[in-house]
Amino acid sequence: MPRRDDLRKILLLGSGPIVIGQACEFDYSGTQGAKALREEGYEIVLVNSNPATIMTDPEFADRTYIEPLTPEVVEAIIAREKPDALLPTLGGQTALNLALALHRSGALERHGVELLGANVDAIRKAEDRELFKAAMEKLGLGVCKARVARTLEEADAAVTEIGFPAILRPSFTMGGSGGGIAYNREEFDHAIRWAFQQSPTHECLIEESVLGWKEYELEVIRDSADNFSVICTIENFDPMGVHTGDSITVAPAMTLTDKEYQRLREAARAVITEIGVETGGSNIQFAVNPDDGRVIVIEMNPRVSRSSALASKATGYPIARIAAKLAVGYRLDELTNTITNTSAAFEPTIDYVVVKWPRFAFEKFRGADPRLTTQMKSVGESMAIGRTFKEAFQKAARSLEIGRDGLVPLTGRVDYRNLLEEVRQMRQATPGVGYVSQPIREQVLPPATNEELREALLEIIETPLAERAWYLADAMRLGASLEEVHRATRIDPWFLRQIEELLAEEQALEAAQGQPISREALTRAKAMGFSDARIASLRGEERTAVAARRKHLGVRPIYARVDTCAAEFVARTPYLYSTWGRQTESAATDRKKVMILGGGPNRIGQGIEFDYCCVHASFALRELGFETVMVNCNPETVSTDFDTSDRLYFEPLTLEDVLEIVEEEKPWGVIVQYGGQTPLKLAMALARAGVPILGTSADAIDRAEDRERFDALLTKLGIRRPAGGIARGINEAFDIAERIGFPVVVRPSYVLGGRAMEVVHSRGDLARYFTVALQAVEDAEKQTILVDEFLKDAIEVDVDCVSDGKTVVIGGLLQHIEEAGVHSGDSSMVLPAHALPPEVLAAIRSSTRALALELGVVGLMNVQFAVRGSSVSVLEVNPRASRTVPFVSKAIGVPLAKIAAKVMAGKSLIELGFTKEIVPPHIAVKESVFPFAKFSGVDTILGPEMRSTGEVMGIAESFAAAFMKAQMAANSKVPESGRVFVSVRDDDKAAACDIARRLVDLGFQILATSGTRQVLDRAGVPNELAHKVREGRPHIVDRLRNGEVAMVVNTTQGAQAIRDSYTLRRQTLVSGIPYFTTIAAAAAATAALEAHREAPLSVKSIQEYHDDMRRIPLRHG
Amino acid sequence: MRQRAFLALADGTVFEGYSVGAEGSTLGEAVFTTGMTGYQEVLTDPSYCGQIVVMTAPEIGNTGTTGEDDEAAHPWASGFVVHELSPLASNWRSQETLDAYLRRHGIVAVAGVDTRALTMHLRDHGAQTAAIGTEGADALVARARDAPSMAGQDLTGHVTTRAAYEWTEGTGAWATTARPIKHRVVALDLGVKQSILRCLVDHGCHVTVVPATTTADEILALRPDGIFVSNGPGDPAAVTHGIETVRQLVGKKPLFGICLGHQMLALALGGRTYKMKFGHRGLNHPVKDLATGRVEITTQNHGFAVDAESLAGLCDVTHVHLNDGTCMGIEHRGSGAFSVQYHPEASAGPHDARYLFERFVGRMNGAAG
Repeated sequence: MPRRDDLRKILLLGSGPIVIGQACEFDYSGTQGAKALREEGYEIVLVNSNPATIMTDPEFADRTYIEPLTPEVVEAIIAREKPDALLPTLGGQTALNLALALHRSGALERHGVELLGANVDAIRKAEDRELFKAAMEKLGLGVCKARVARTLEEADAAVTEIGFPAILRPSFTMGGSGGGIAYNREEFDHAIRWAFQQSPTHECLIEESVLGWKEYELEVIRDSADNFSVICTIENFDPMGVHTGDSITVAPAMTLTDKEYQRLREAARAVITEIGVETGGSNIQFAVNPDDGRVIVIEMNPRVSRSSALASKATGYPIARIAAKLAVGYRLDELTNTITNTSAAFEPTIDYVVVKWPRFAFEKFRGADPRLTTQMKSVGESMAIGRTFKEAFQKAARSLEIGRDGLVPLTGRVDYRNLLEEVRQMRQATPGVGYVSQPIREQVLPPATNEELREALLEIIETPLAERAWYLADAMRLGASLEEVHRATRIDPWFLRQIEELLAEEQALEAAQGQPISREALTRAKAMGFSDARIASLRGEERTAVAARRKHLGVRPIYARVDTCAAEFVARTPYLYSTWGRQTESAATDRKKVMILGGGPNRIGQGIEFDYCCVHASFALRELGFETVMVNCNPETVSTDFDTSDRLYFEPLTLEDVLEIVEEEKPWGVIVQYGGQTPLKLAMALARAGVPILGTSADAIDRAEDRERFDALLTKLGIRRPAGGIARGINEAFDIAERIGFPVVVRPSYVLGGRAMEVVHSRGDLARYFTVALQAVEDAEKQTILVDEFLKDAIEVDVDCVSDGKTVVIGGLLQHIEEAGVHSGDSSMVLPAHALPPEVLAAIRSSTRALALELGVVGLMNVQFAVRGSSVSVLEVNPRASRTVPFVSKAIGVPLAKIAAKVMAGKSLIELGFTKEIVPPHIAVKESVFPFAKFSGVDTILGPEMRSTGEVMGIAESFAAAFMKAQMAANSKVPESGRVFVSVRDDDKAAACDIARRLVDLGFQILATSGTRQVLDRAGVPNELAHKVREGRPHIVDRLRNGEVAMVVNTTQGAQAIRDSYTLRRQTLVSGIPYFTTIAAAAAATAALEAHREAPLSVKSIQEYHDDMRRIPLRHG
Repeated sequence: MRQRAFLALADGTVFEGYSVGAEGSTLGEAVFTTGMTGYQEVLTDPSYCGQIVVMTAPEIGNTGTTGEDDEAAHPWASGFVVHELSPLASNWRSQETLDAYLRRHGIVAVAGVDTRALTMHLRDHGAQTAAIGTEGADALVARARDAPSMAGQDLTGHVTTRAAYEWTEGTGAWATTARPIKHRVVALDLGVKQSILRCLVDHGCHVTVVPATTTADEILALRPDGIFVSNGPGDPAAVTHGIETVRQLVGKKPLFGICLGHQMLALALGGRTYKMKFGHRGLNHPVKDLATGRVEITTQNHGFAVDAESLAGLCDVTHVHLNDGTCMGIEHRGSGAFSVQYHPEASAGPHDARYLFERFVGRMNGAAG
C-alpha cells in the first residue's frame, strides 16, 4: 500500500528531558521521523518539553510545542491543532505511556485521532508483563517462570514459588527503573517496595533468575503486509543480570551458529506478529542458556529504542525514518535504502564489528550503589567500529573520555584490596536502601602480592561494576586463566579469548622495548586497536615518538564505509570509520570543507546541548556552501545521523584519531568550540599541529581557562571576581580560606560539570574535602585546587553571546532561580532576567562585551556572573558553546549556534543581520531533571557539583505560568491541595512565612518543624507541628510515607543539618512529591500555584511565539 | 609461528594473509558471500564446489563446528578466505574448532586477508579464477591464470551421489514442521544440500536421492509422487544430461527445482541462462513473490541466472530479486512445474521461503486427488 492520503496532519511526541534510559536517541529518531513525514507532504505537529533537541527546532515541524508532556497539555494541543493521527513510537517510553493515557482518558476518541505505528492493544500486550507472558506462552516460546504482583501479599506468594535469586521488573518503567535482583527474603522485602513505588501502575513482575545466560537483542522492522526484516543482532558482552543499557554490547552477534540465530529470528517474527505491531520497528530481547541453547524471551519494545538507534548507527539502516514511512502506509518494498539505492526490504549485513560501551557517572552520586543490575545506571555511551572485535573494543574504550588510551591496566591506580572490601560490603547491603560507602581505611598495608591481587580481582569481578572489563583484564594480567575469569563473570569465553589476545600483544610490545618497532609489528598492534599513546606507554616512549615512527613507516589508517551490505554494492553515503587495510574508501573531495568535532559520549555536564550545537554548525555551513565533516563517537545523536553532514567519521575524539582524519580530509577549518570540553581540550594540540582552528583562538581559550592569565585579564578590564587563590596542598588551602573567610568554594582546577566542587564551611570540612572528595578525581595528585570566596545569597546570571571579533551581540541573559552555590547546570533559570536592577543588567552587558572583545572571541561565549545587590562579579568565562545555547535560541527565536558557526566561517554579524540583543516579551524557564530515583542512597540536595542529566523548558506569557510548565515538564506533580511541609534554615525563615501564608490562602495546610513553627506562629500563619526524625514518631518521614504530604519546602545549612534531613529528602523523592531545597524555588513555585489557580495553562507553539516577536516591536538590551 | 600465504587472482591482484587449515595450495573461482552466520554450511554446500569462498563477515570460526551443521559428508569449497579466524570455539554444540575441521578435511585456507578490499575487487572486476597457498605470489598468479573458467563447466559429476539412496532424516530438534510421511519424492542430486532433504522429510516426503545422470525413465520407474531437482555447482548450460532429464519429466509429475534445479527447468523449457558479474551469495537477498506481493529474505548462492525473457509465453515469472530484478522463480504454464533460484531451505539463512516446500507438497496432493 502506498502513502495514505486520508491523513493530513500528524502529531509526533518526543521523549522529554534527557534522563537515564532515555537520551538523545529519541531526538535522533524523532528528527528522522519528522523529516521523513514532511518529505511525504504531511503537516507535522510536534510536542517535546526538551529545548535542547534538534526535533524542536522550528523548521522541523509545522507547529512545535515546547510544552509539558502530560495528558492534559497534549490534549489541549490536540484540541487546538486537530491532527488526524498520533505517532507515539518514536518518542520512547514517555511517548508510548502518554499515548496510552490519552487513549484511556478518551482524548483520542473525542478528537478523532488515530494511533499510528502501534495500536493500544499492541502496546498493552508488549508492556504489560502478564499479557506479554501469556502471548509468549501461546506462541510456545520459552519465558522465565514469573508472577505478577500488585500487593505485598501477592509478591510474597510469588517469590515463595519462584525462589531466589529473583528478578524484579516493575511494569511500565523505562530503563528498568525500580528493578533489581534479590538474593534473599530480606533483600526482597526492601526491593519489592521500591519496585512498586517506581511502577506507575503499582505492579511488578517477579521472575526466575537467568543470571549468567547469554543475552541477545534483535532489532526488527515489520510493515502492514507482514514483511519482516532483522536490521541488526546485538550480543551483550555482559551476561544476563546487567541491564542492556549498562552492558558492553557487540554487533553483530558473535557466538551464535546459524541454527541458533534463525531460531531467534523466527521467534522475533512470531513475537512482533503476535503482539500486533503492524508497522515499524521493535526490539526483542532473548536470553540463551550457554549450556544447552535454551531460549527465553525477555521482553520486547513495540517502538524504536536506544538499541534501534545503536542498530541504525551500527548498520547504516535508518530505522526511525523507515518506521515513520511504514506508519503512513508504505510497504518496505516501496522504500529505498538510500545508502545503496537498493530496496529497503532487506537485512543489512556488515563486515565489521561494532562495540558499544556505556559511560557511567557514579563519582557524581556519593552513596549510590555502583553495582550494575537490571535497572539502568549509565548516563551515556560510546560506540566504535573496527574490522575486528579487538579493534572495536579498544576504540570504544578510548572513546569513553575517561582518560584511558584503551584497555589500560588499573593496578596501581585502583586499590583492589580496598575495592574487595567495598564489594563485600555491597553484597551485604539491601536494595532500595542503598549501599553507603565506608570511609577509606586509614592504616597503610604492606604492598599486595600479585597472588593476593589476583584472588581479590577474581572475587571483585563476580559483581558487575562499571569498570569490570578493566578489572578482568587486570586479573588476566596477573595470571588468572580464561576459565577462572569465565567462572567468575560468566562472560562468553570467546570475548575473554579476545582480551587474552590483546594482553598477549601488550606483552609482545613491552618485550620489544628499546628496539625500533618494525612496520609489521606496528601494523599488527594498530589493527588490534592499540592507540599510539598506549603503544608508547607499553614501549616506554612518548606518544609523539610512536606517531613519528608511524609516519616514517607510512603506517596510516584507512577509512572504510558503513554501507549496509558488506561492500556488495557501492555506497553513496560517506559514513566512514577508520581501520587498517589496503585501501581507503574516503574519496575525500577537494571542496572547501569544515570539520566539526562532536562531544563524544553523553555524561553529566556534557550532553545533548553540545550535539545540538554541532548539528547546527553543520547545517549552517552547508547553507554557506561548505562541505561539512562530522567527527563523533556517540551513537545516540543527531550529529551521527549519516545525512546530517556531508561526511561522517564515526571515530574516537582523541588527538591521534582527529589528526588522522584531518590528514585524510584536509579541512579548511576545524570547529572545536561546539562539542563541549572534549574537542576544546584538543584545541591547543591541534593548533600546534598546524590544524586551522576556526573562530576563537586556542590561546584565547587558554587565557579564559588558565587561572592566572584569567585574573590578569579581569584586572586589565577592571572586572571584579570573587576573592580567592590557587592552592597546592592542604596548607595553602587553609591559608587562602582563612584570608578570605569561610564558607569557600573549592574545586580542582581542570574539571568539567563542577566535578568535585564543593562549598565548605569550616576547616574540618576543608580537611575532609582533601582526604575524601579529591580521592575520586582523576589525577588528583597533579591537580591544584582553586579556593574562592563563596558569594552567599548572590544571584547568578548566565550570559550567552555571539561575537565576530568586532560586534558582540548578547543572545540571552538568564537569571538563576536558585541562589549561588547550586551548579549552573542544575539551576533553574529564567529568560529574560527578571527582578534585576537596570544598572546591574547594564554592568553585565558591558562586561560581557568587554570580555568578548578582549579575548578576541569569534563565535560563542558564555559568562557566569554573580550579583549581590548592585555588585557584579564574574565567576567564569567559557569561550565556547554552552549548555544554554539551545534554550536561549528557542526562547528568542534566533539560532545562535548557526549564526556563530557562520561567523566562524568569516561572516560578520552585520552581514548576518544579527546585531541587537532580543529581549522577548514572553518568559522562558529552564528546569533541570535529576537521576536521583535511579540511585538509591543518594542525597538529592543541590550543590556546586552538577548532577542533572537533562532539562526542560516552560514557556508562557508570565513567569509564574512558565515556571509552572517547567515544573510539570520536569515531572513534578503539581499539587492542588493538601499539606505542605515547611522546614527552613534561619536565614530563610522570614521568606518562608510569606510563602506559607500564600499557600494557606491557596487552601493548603502547613506542616512545620518546631523552629520554623515558632516563626510561623509569631507571624500568625496557621500550621501543624511535624516531628523531625529524631523527635519521635510519627515523624515527618512516616507522614511522607503515609501519603499525608503534598509538597515539601526544605532548606538546610551546615553539614549536620544536611545529614539530619537526608532521609526526609530521600523519602520525598521515593514518594514522588514535589520538593524545593531553596527558598527562591519555593517562592517561584508558590507564585506558579497562584497563577495556576487564576487561569488554566494555555498552549502555544514556538512558531507563534517567534511570529509574535517579529510583529511586536521588541525591547532591545 | 604464522606462515605467510597469498590469494592470487587471475587478473594479477594478490592479497596477503597467513595460512590456516590444511597445508598446500588450491585453485578455484573466487567468490564472496555476505552471510554473517553459517560458515560451516557454506563450506559443506556442494554448490561451492570449484570455488574459493571469501567470507565478508570478519570474525569467522567463533562457534566452532559440529556434525549437525554439515550440508554434505565433507566440505566442498575448494578454498576458504577469512579476515580473522577464531582459535577458540565457543558454543554448546561445538565439537571442533574451525581450524581443526579445515585441517581434518584438507581444506586450504587463508586468514588475515583484507576481505573487504578483496570483495570490492571482485565486485568491481567480477568473479574470477584464483589460487591460494603459501608458495610465492607470482607462482600463484600464474596458476590462477591457467585455471579453467567456471563458464562451460559441468561440475555435477563431482558432487552427485554415486548410487541412489533413501533419505529419511528430518531437521530434528530444529524442525518447525513435522508431518507424517505421505509422499514419495525422487530428488535428482546435482549437488544437493542435506537440509533440502531434511525439509522434504519434515514436510512428509519419503525421499529417494538419485545420481545426476539418472534418466527420466529410471526416475519415473521409482513411481514418485513428485520430482525434486537439486542445487549444484558450475555452469547450468553445461549440465546437458540434467537439462534433458528435466525436459522429459516436465508434465509427468509435480516438479520443484532449487538453484541449479531452477536453471535446469528453465533450460529444459528452452530458456537461456547467463553468467552474472559476481553473482548473489548471502543470506539477506530480498525476493518479491509476485503473486502475493510479499517480500521474503532469502539465502542465495548462484553465479548464473535465468534470462526471464527467454521464457516469455512459456513460464510465469513468480519471483523477482528486489535489488536488481533478476528472475528468482518461474512456473511452467503447462505443467505447473516450478522452481526458485534461491534456497528456501536456507541453512544458513532466514526461513522465510519454507512455504515453497508446502507448495510442492500441495501440488503432489493435488495430483493425487
